[in-house]
Amino acid sequence: MIDEIVARLADKPGALMPVLHAVNERVGFIPPDAVPAIARALNLSRAEVHGVISFYRDFRIEPPGRKIIRVCRAESCQAMGAVALAAHIQARLEIDFGQTSGNGDFTLEPVYCLGNCACSPAIVVGDDLHGRVTPRRFDEILSKIGPDTRQPR
Amino acid sequence: MSAVVYVPRDSSAVSLGADAVAEAIRSEAASRKLDVKIVRNGSRGMFSHEPMVEVAASAGRIAYGPVAAGDVASLFDSNFLDGREHRLRLGVAGEIPWLKSQTRLTFARAGVTDPVSLDDFIAHGGYLGLRRAIELSADEVIAEVAKSGLRGRGGAGFPTGIKWKTALDAPAARKYVVCNADEGDSGTFSDRMIMEGDPFVLIEGITIAALAVGATQGYIYLRSEYPHARRALSEAIATGYSSGYLGANILGSGKSFELEIRLGAGAYVCGEETAMLESIEGRRGMVRVKPPVPALEGLFGKPTVINNVVSFATVPIIIERGAEFFRSLGAGNSRGTMPFQLAGNAKRPGLIEVAMGVRLREIVNDYGGGTASGKRVRAVQVGGPLGAYFTESMLDVALDFESVAACGAILGHGGIVVFDETVDMARMARYAMEFCALESCGKCTPCRIGSIRGAEVIDDIINRRRRRENLEVIRDLCDTMKFGSLCALGGLAPLPVLSALRYFPGDFGLTPRDVDFIGADLTISASGSGSTHAIAGR
Repeated sequence: MIDEIVARLADKPGALMPVLHAVNERVGFIPPDAVPAIARALNLSRAEVHGVISFYRDFRIEPPGRKIIRVCRAESCQAMGAVALAAHIQARLEIDFGQTSGNGDFTLEPVYCLGNCACSPAIVVGDDLHGRVTPRRFDEILSKIGPDTRQPR
Repeated sequence: MSAVVYVPRDSSAVSLGADAVAEAIRSEAASRKLDVKIVRNGSRGMFSHEPMVEVAASAGRIAYGPVAAGDVASLFDSNFLDGREHRLRLGVAGEIPWLKSQTRLTFARAGVTDPVSLDDFIAHGGYLGLRRAIELSADEVIAEVAKSGLRGRGGAGFPTGIKWKTALDAPAARKYVVCNADEGDSGTFSDRMIMEGDPFVLIEGITIAALAVGATQGYIYLRSEYPHARRALSEAIATGYSSGYLGANILGSGKSFELEIRLGAGAYVCGEETAMLESIEGRRGMVRVKPPVPALEGLFGKPTVINNVVSFATVPIIIERGAEFFRSLGAGNSRGTMPFQLAGNAKRPGLIEVAMGVRLREIVNDYGGGTASGKRVRAVQVGGPLGAYFTESMLDVALDFESVAACGAILGHGGIVVFDETVDMARMARYAMEFCALESCGKCTPCRIGSIRGAEVIDDIINRRRRRENLEVIRDLCDTMKFGSLCALGGLAPLPVLSALRYFPGDFGLTPRDVDFIGADLTISASGSGSTHAIAGR
């Protein structure tokens, strides 16, 4: 699969970013053993590929949870209660930013602006953007994700 | 004849339930056996009333909002398809004072048309700018842009015409146009709204630039946080290719131009133009040393015109209606309109396109209606995370490049974030340094290390550890970052910090005397805390 992606995109000028995005999107992360293949195909060193992967927040090197929840931490959302919202979400999911819940359901990531600033605070759950999110609204969103095994203890 | 109902596909409207509203209208119409055509328009930017549904009635486009899916049945019961009365009825959309009082040039079609319909775009004056540009010589097009006084809307405010002329005059076998769509400033969303609400105008503007400077390849560097924009833009680009507006021999001009989207990957610093070029070339987004400027040596070492989304999207109307028309608006050396974006704790946030020179108070109070919480406005940050904080008493500043600069602040990309009286400005100052540390590309020391040190020192000040010494440290640190950083990230991060200290010393447990080393215009003066540190050039 990696070879197919690389072959399709290798001729683009500056192909590395499109290749990494394609792998990240398809696999969910960039498996460490894909790095040598990408490097070889693009005539780069493994260090160069690793350097690019580690620079950008989007590129993961571990599989994420089934749903990725991203919470905006930037100023506009802070002005509308994002700090308290983030604390609520962390407590509710029992994970910190950058962590995946034990059952593999959720990965919690920070994000710095979603362009939804007129509807702050904003979060993304999976592919869905939500605006004016309160702790209560978050609980409703969470309860719609499917069987909720994360009742507060 | 089928009734036409508009439900925005704008991501903010969707984040408030617009998709569910569209689906409810579809199913309600089906069950009532009514012929309803749903158009997914962009947003007009009046987010206090999104999702805002509009109906094409005999009296005009009648708006209803904010509509929830649960309101849809009652809208049908009230005959909203004929524009009839309902508790959510707002009247003719274009006549709503919040919208009518604006001067929509760049955003003339946003929220009005179907963003991905080329026919709709052309029916509303689209591609008139490109058609006129093709009739003119390259020099004439660039002279028109220069004469209009258009300055970059991304934040730096560099005259667009000069940039284009530089690239035109640079001899090269290949040239590029790059559109900076890495809109990362908190409190800004105008680029997103153009890409989601009127993507063809952006493509038109980029194409005019490319044909003028002789570029054959263009890239739109789009932040990955904008998937809705990516979809609308991709669709519009594909239509552009299939209709002769992109690709070979554009509109019979004999000139060719290819346009491709490249995705960012969550790095704020890639909004800095040289870091963006590095990223497109497939490297870490590390800032380049300038000179050479990108207009001479840019993407892959070739002459490259780089402009922000709003700058490009403003070019078509300038070419279509002439430089004088655009010039006639604005203040001082800030000509034309600016799409201000009001966000944070504002009662009526949204996109406000008005002539440059509008008072900040007018945006925050008249358009914004004060805070969403109903509490007192305490601080207003202008120009994104690297912009200064203003107090309520400073809101009479005119929003143009010169007037804002005279306060020591920046206009940036036009983002305005309101905070109510619950804000802790010491925490916001710390956050500015923290954000800089998080997003620093690491190339220059003042930014990479200064920002981390800055957060530590602010912590120390807040925690009353060696205050006098630490105030000197923060003073010198901000000075070093401002003058020693390679780009605006490290260079401007001191701005929110110094303005928070200067105007809100109490939040740090300080007195106004403690911070008198910061001048009224936010420059650092030598007179303050008795340091022997020589500060030249001010």
